[in-house]
Formats: sequence, structure tokens, C-alpha cells
Amino acid sequence: MNPKAPGSSGLVLSEPLLFELPRDGNSGIDLPEMDVDWATESESLPAEMIRQEVEGFPELSEPDVVRHFSRLSTWNFSVDSGFYPLGSCTMKYNPKLNEAAAAMKGFSGAHPYLPEADAQGIMQLLWELQHDLAEISGMDSVCLHPAAGSHGELLGMMLIRAYHMDRGDHQRTKIIIPDSAHGTNPSSAATCGFQSITLPSGKNGQIDLDALDRLVDDQVAGIMITNPNTCGLFESNIDAICQLMHDRGGLIYMDGANMNALVGKVKPGDMGIDVLHFNTHKTFSTPHGGGGPGAGPIALKKELEPFLPKPALRKTEDGFHWDYDIPRSIGQIRSFFGNIGVLIRAYTFIKTLGNTGLREMSETAVVNANYLKKKLEDHFFVPFVDQYCMHEVLISDENLLTDHISTMDMAKGLIDAGFHPPTVYFPLIVKGAMLIEPTETESRLTLDQFVSAMLDLKKRDSSEFQKYPINSYVGRVDEVTAARKPVLKWESPASEED
Amino acid sequence: MRYIPNNLEVRNEMLKEIGVDSVKQLFSLIPDNLLLKKELDISPPVSEFKLMRDLNSLSDQQAIDPISFLGAGVYRRFIPAVISALVSRAEFLTSYTPYQPEVSQGTLQAMFEFQTLLSQLTGMDIANASMYEGASAAAEAVLMCKRIKPKLDTVLISAGLHPEYLEAVKTYTKFKDLKIKIIPLSDSGYTDLAELERELDSQTLCCLIQSVNFFGVIENLKEISEVLTRNEVLWAAVLPEMTSLGMLTPPGDFGADILVGEGQSLGLPLSYGGPNLGVFAAKKKYMRQMPGRLSGETKDESGKRAFCLTLATREQHIRREKATSNICSNQALCALWGTIYLSLLGKKGIKDLSRINYSKTQYAIKELSALEGVKLRYSGTVYNEFVLETSENSDVVITRLREKNILAGVPLSRFYPQDSSGILVNVTEVNTKEEIDTLVTCMAEVLS
Repeated sequence: MNPKAPGSSGLVLSEPLLFELPRDGNSGIDLPEMDVDWATESESLPAEMIRQEVEGFPELSEPDVVRHFSRLSTWNFSVDSGFYPLGSCTMKYNPKLNEAAAAMKGFSGAHPYLPEADAQGIMQLLWELQHDLAEISGMDSVCLHPAAGSHGELLGMMLIRAYHMDRGDHQRTKIIIPDSAHGTNPSSAATCGFQSITLPSGKNGQIDLDALDRLVDDQVAGIMITNPNTCGLFESNIDAICQLMHDRGGLIYMDGANMNALVGKVKPGDMGIDVLHFNTHKTFSTPHGGGGPGAGPIALKKELEPFLPKPALRKTEDGFHWDYDIPRSIGQIRSFFGNIGVLIRAYTFIKTLGNTGLREMSETAVVNANYLKKKLEDHFFVPFVDQYCMHEVLISDENLLTDHISTMDMAKGLIDAGFHPPTVYFPLIVKGAMLIEPTETESRLTLDQFVSAMLDLKKRDSSEFQKYPINSYVGRVDEVTAARKPVLKWESPASEED
Repeated sequence: MRYIPNNLEVRNEMLKEIGVDSVKQLFSLIPDNLLLKKELDISPPVSEFKLMRDLNSLSDQQAIDPISFLGAGVYRRFIPAVISALVSRAEFLTSYTPYQPEVSQGTLQAMFEFQTLLSQLTGMDIANASMYEGASAAAEAVLMCKRIKPKLDTVLISAGLHPEYLEAVKTYTKFKDLKIKIIPLSDSGYTDLAELERELDSQTLCCLIQSVNFFGVIENLKEISEVLTRNEVLWAAVLPEMTSLGMLTPPGDFGADILVGEGQSLGLPLSYGGPNLGVFAAKKKYMRQMPGRLSGETKDESGKRAFCLTLATREQHIRREKATSNICSNQALCALWGTIYLSLLGKKGIKDLSRINYSKTQYAIKELSALEGVKLRYSGTVYNEFVLETSENSDVVITRLREKNILAGVPLSRFYPQDSSGILVNVTEVNTKEEIDTLVTCMAEVLS
């Protein structure tokens, strides 16, 4: 097979802002028939409360709107069209079946305040999903409320906080977080009032047990671990880490962003983890949608159950119902029950793959990453080359810089080759990091094409990189000016003259 | 497995190239005692054919057919076919957060357009690219106020705030040494401004007022604004329903400092309450204290207009524990949904839509309140929701109407156990006159 990269150029159509399109007094929506008399609002409301028009709003027909957004869409790279190896983001194929499931009328058209008797189908689906997530993680119970991974982290932190407070351990206000962690970890800990303590990683990219030992005192509430970690490595001392934390009264939170390596192979519950979140938009194939909606269900051990947010899903002889009577609950973290439309997609994915398919998923993800590692390791610096990686491989620009090629150059060069760049400059502990996650849904041919593009870029003269990317709709974007002089909305030319 | 291109034969060839004999070797960092020795207790793979059949039978268990007047935070909307067709485009649906702006201009421009539309709609200087949903956005508003005035500690909240929003605010603020005081409503359903004035003191941080409030009443924003401005208290306006702004002067025009709310009413499906669309807007001077993502206009190296995520120094991936919020993924595709809905509606459509909602609601109130055993609880002017009081227990009335294939509304006993007579009824453009008339007839029957 030809490993030539797919990057090419073609006709791309330009399109102004919505607000710069003609204003001909049109509307692109046909509202339902008006079949009662118009009420006169001025009879009931003071004049200053009544709005005459929304200034600046568009005046477009339906075809205008369709063309506008269709053109915009063509400026995006997407996983349906190409390889999107963002490390720790798990950009896998998003099955079309999942979309059809979520769009079913009985799901998408269900009001959250339907009487429970009228919503038993959704509740059963959520109940089954809770079971499957508990089984996958080896935990005792699951809460589906969080709207995204970081919302799950925040909930997990709140539970840990509530657990210690309930035991009278008020002094436990610190959370240990490895320096390789996602930024959401320290931020989530801080949002519920914890002080985060940074744990430097060991030379092998894993948690340094001795360093941890020195940090854990009776003020430590817990630790947030990402496993596999953001170097793509499984924390092989996980048993000992959990043991040490538990011996000193702390709990273990696991950031489940990298669960795609573990499903059907190992259970976090068996490792000693107390609470973790899943990212359904990573592990369970729900679409990222350009930045959400995701869903970040959490799974937890028994000792944290009394503090779960309201409402909890219960199964009784009369069917399923929502329980708001949880005396020690931390309260609600959102309205309603969770990002149900997203959870339905995750449910559909889990049922489609089943037990054997889920295991094959994680195995293939790990094989694909190690295949990339093998093909790249003779040409690029691989910081932890002597360990098998899990579902993602970490390389850096260390031996490229002698040729004046940086990670950013490689990223922009890859765009022209037809690939989305990997995660760059993360994790922070490796300078010039490129974190490459192929997922299980990429073919060997695609991986070969990617490797050949990487090798081809490496051979180029560094001066060439300045002009990359050239095939994308815009060239390198000036992010510095954007931050220095923020322009966050369109202003009509008339108002600018004022 | 049809989603995995590298079958076992290919996998074996790849393992050979890697230089290992088996997959097991690649998992050797995992202690052997932890590796699972049997398959998960999850059902075996299910074919697409069978799974669709199973899902259909789960879907069919929801009551979609009854005439519905359920609202209370999520709203039944007419949704044109155009929106799902555009939102389903894989370039929007299957792309990641636009961290690489050169290959994400579609998402970034759409975000910028969303920010602009929301700013125009709410009258606020700036809006972000979305939050998770309304209740947690309201909680984030309080946390933002605390960043603006760290020394103050009392949060005043109108009793007209959605009870689930209040719950979320309480949960988020539990860890921040903040006191919450509830300002009651007057008999006519407005936030009691005299009571509000009495509660204001030197420790008052901010005031959360929902309008249109939970009971449907349109608050007098002008008077609220006067009280809060005079006392230099931060004003966070809360809007779980957005279409009312097609006919009502928005909080931004009255000087609200922050505006949060729920954008589900902008044409999004109900989806049993999620995913929704959290809205967050503020005065420009508080820009750097805002949570969430922002798309900003800039240029590429050739001078062509371009967009990128900006002011990221507020965010978790840069600032870590000092970030303004821990939010990362938000609801980008839902924001796109709302953007397309508002683009279709446009200036004319939003005005018509809100007046249809208002008029149909007025019609329903007139007909229902003429019934024996039914009265309107609050006399304040409402938009598209109102509280009915029935002479019989509201749960009983609702159950009897359900038997006649009508979901009459949300019983307030759901949130306030002592409230045995109130039903929150919502009327939108999808309720025909015939449906309203059916509700009236059946209500008369069940109460007689």
C-alpha cells in the first residue's frame, strides 16, 4: 500500500460573518400557525420593559443559512475525514448508529419532568449503563450527572471533601497532583477549596513512591492520578501508591481520560482507586462536537456512596424512580439528570462492542500506539523508550531542535500532510512534547502514512516551516494579537464610528 | 468488530513488527495480579439490527404522545429540520476543541457568531462560547462575583430562582465560605424589593434574580436595577428561558453585571434534560474573570481574518489551580445548534416567536382561570408560564388529566413538598389552540 500522506489542496469557499450577509428582512423559519388572538403586551407591561427589536440580528432565508454553515464546516478538520491523533483526547471513530439512537423520538423528545411512569425506558437504559460502567471500572456505584470530565473531577473532589468532613477530618485540605496531570485536575481540586500539592514525576515518567511518601501527611485528603498517565505509561506501582494513601487516611481519585487502554484488561477498582470519572466522548466514542457536549460519569466505592449528588436512580418492584431523599448528599451539581443524549450514545457503543469487543478495543489501541512507537523511535526522541506505551506514545523535539525544527513546526507541517497534529507541549514535564494517540479505529495504512509524513517533515529544511500550513483555509494564526486586543464579537460598522 | 480496521491477522503482523509475540507483552507494565483473567460481565456484542430494535422499544416507553404543558426550565420548541441536518455535518460533529486554529476555523467562526448573537440578545457586552447548563452556570456566576469582590460573603437569591439552580449554587458555594439568603416573592409573584433592600448590607456580594422567574412572572428589571446599582451590589441575572428576550428589554440594557442561563429554549431538543446549553455573559470590564472558552478575532500571517481561542490565561490548561474555572469541554455543538436556530429566526422570527408564546399563554390563562375551582396564583404579568391553583390536590389533578392523555404541567409539590395546590403550566408555540381548549375542557371535568 502507498503510505503517501493524504494532504492535498482543493477549492475552498470563503464566507463572511453571519452579520455581514445581506439584510433583506427575511426569516428562515416558518413558525407554527398562530391560532389565537394576539395579546397586547403594552397593556400589561411598562413601556421600558418592552423590546422593539433585537438589534443586529440576521435577516436571512433558509438557503442563506444552510450555505453559510455548510461553508464554515468545510474549514474544519474532523475525525470522519482524517487521522486526528490528539493524545489523551481519544479521537476515535464516532459511529453513526449512536447518532440514530440518540435521535429517537422517545429519547430526544422526552421532558425531564415527565411522570416517572412515563419515562421508564430511559431510566432502564441509564440503569443498565450504570451497571456496565461499574463493571468496567470495578467500582460499587456510578453517578451519571456530570456534563464533562472536569465536571466529574469536581464531583469526585466534592465527594472526597464530604467524606473527610463527615469523619471529622477537617484538616485534610490538600490534594496531591502529579506534575504530569491535566490542568483540570488542580483546577477542579481548587474549585472545591482544596490546596493542590505538586508531586514531581520520577525519571521513568511514573510516580516516584519515595517522593509521594514524603508528601503524604495527615492534612492530605487524597491524590489525583491519571492512569495510564499522560506520558502514555501505566503506573506500575499503582498497588503500592493506593496502599500508601489508604494507610494514611487519604483517598485516590483517578482521572479516567485514558481508560481507552484499560477496558476489559484491568479494573481501577481492583487497583485500589476510590473514585474516577469516564469521558464518554473519549472511551465510548461519543462525538466531541468541536468542544462538547461530553459526559463525565463517575464510578466510586461504597464509602463515598452516602454523599452522592441528588437525585439517585433506584430500582424497585414498581420500576425505576429518582430518589431525592439522600440525607448526607452533597446536593445537586446541575439541573436534571445528566447529559442523557450523550449517555445514550455511550450506551449504544458499549452494547455494540459487548464484552469481547471492548477488550479488543483497548488491545488494538495499545497495539496501534506501540506500532507507531516502534516506527518512530529510531528517528525521534522518545523519552521513555524502554517501556511499552499504552494507548498513546510520547515523543519530543529534542533531537529536532539541532536542526532548528520545533514541535510547533512539526504540528503545522502535519496539517499540510493531511493530519491533525498530535497534542503538543503536553505533558508539561517533557519539553517540546508530542503526545500521539492513534486509537483502535485507525488502519495500519493510516499509521504508515502518518509515519512517512513525520519522516518526510524531519528531512526538510527548517526555513521551510515558517510558511506551513499552506493547504488550510487560513495560514498561521496570530494568537498573540487576539489575546492582547480581544475582539470577542462582531460590531456593526455604524457603532464602531460612534 | 466493524469499527476496528486492523483485524487479528493484521494485528499479528503488527505485533511481529513491534517485536513481541503477544498483546500480553505490551501490557507488561500492569502487575499480573491486576490483569483480568476473564471477560467483563457485560453482554456479548449485539448486531446493529437487534440493537436498533431494542433501543426502539426503550424509546417507545416514553410518553411522547400526550398533549404536554411541561416546562419549568426546559421548553418544548418547534425545531426546523435544517438544524439537525447542519449540526450532523461530520466536520462540526466529529472535530475536537479548536486548539489548532488553522484547521478549526469553521468551529471558531461559529463560536464567534454565537458570542455575538448572545450578546445582542441579552444586551450584555460579551458572552462566552457556552457552559454545561443553566444551574452550574448560575453557580459559576457566584464564584465569579467572589473573584471580583473577594472580601464580601453574602449572596442574596430571589425565591423566584429555579429550585434546581438554587441547589447547584448551594453545592458549589459550600466550599467557599459564602452565606446564602433567600429573598421572598411578593403576593403578586415579583421578588419583594422592599425585603431585598432590608437584607442588603456591607457584606452583600451579589444578588441572583431570575427573570422571567420560575413561576413565570416577568420581574421589573428597572426597579431591581435601581436598588442594586444604588447599593453597589453585583447583579447576576438568571434566564432559564431565552426566547422571552424577543419581546422584553434584556437585563444587559438595565445594567446587569453578569447574565447566566439556559439556552435549551433556543431550539434544542428536550433530551430528558441534557445536553443543554449553559449561557454566560458579562460586562466587558469583568472579561478576565469569566469562566469558559472565548473565540476571538485576529488575522493570519497574510492578513486574512481568522479566529482563535483567546484569553486562555484564565483557563485550566494554562493556569491550573489559579484558573477562573475548571471547565474544559463545554457544549460547543449545542451552541452551534442555538446559533443556527437564531440565524434562522433572525430579527423578525424572534419577535414573532416571543409574541406567539406570550399570546397563547394569555389565552390559556383567560380560559383556565374562568373555570370553577381554578385560579391564577400570581397576578404579575407572565411570559409563557404560570402557576395555577386548583381546588383539589395538584398531584391528583395531574394524575387524572394524565389519564385523559394530558400532561398538564409540573406540580410544585415536586420542589416544595408543602405546596399541594400549585401547578406550573407552560404554553409555547407548539401548543395549538385546540390543545389548550382540550386542557380547559378536561380540567373542568376532573374538577367537577
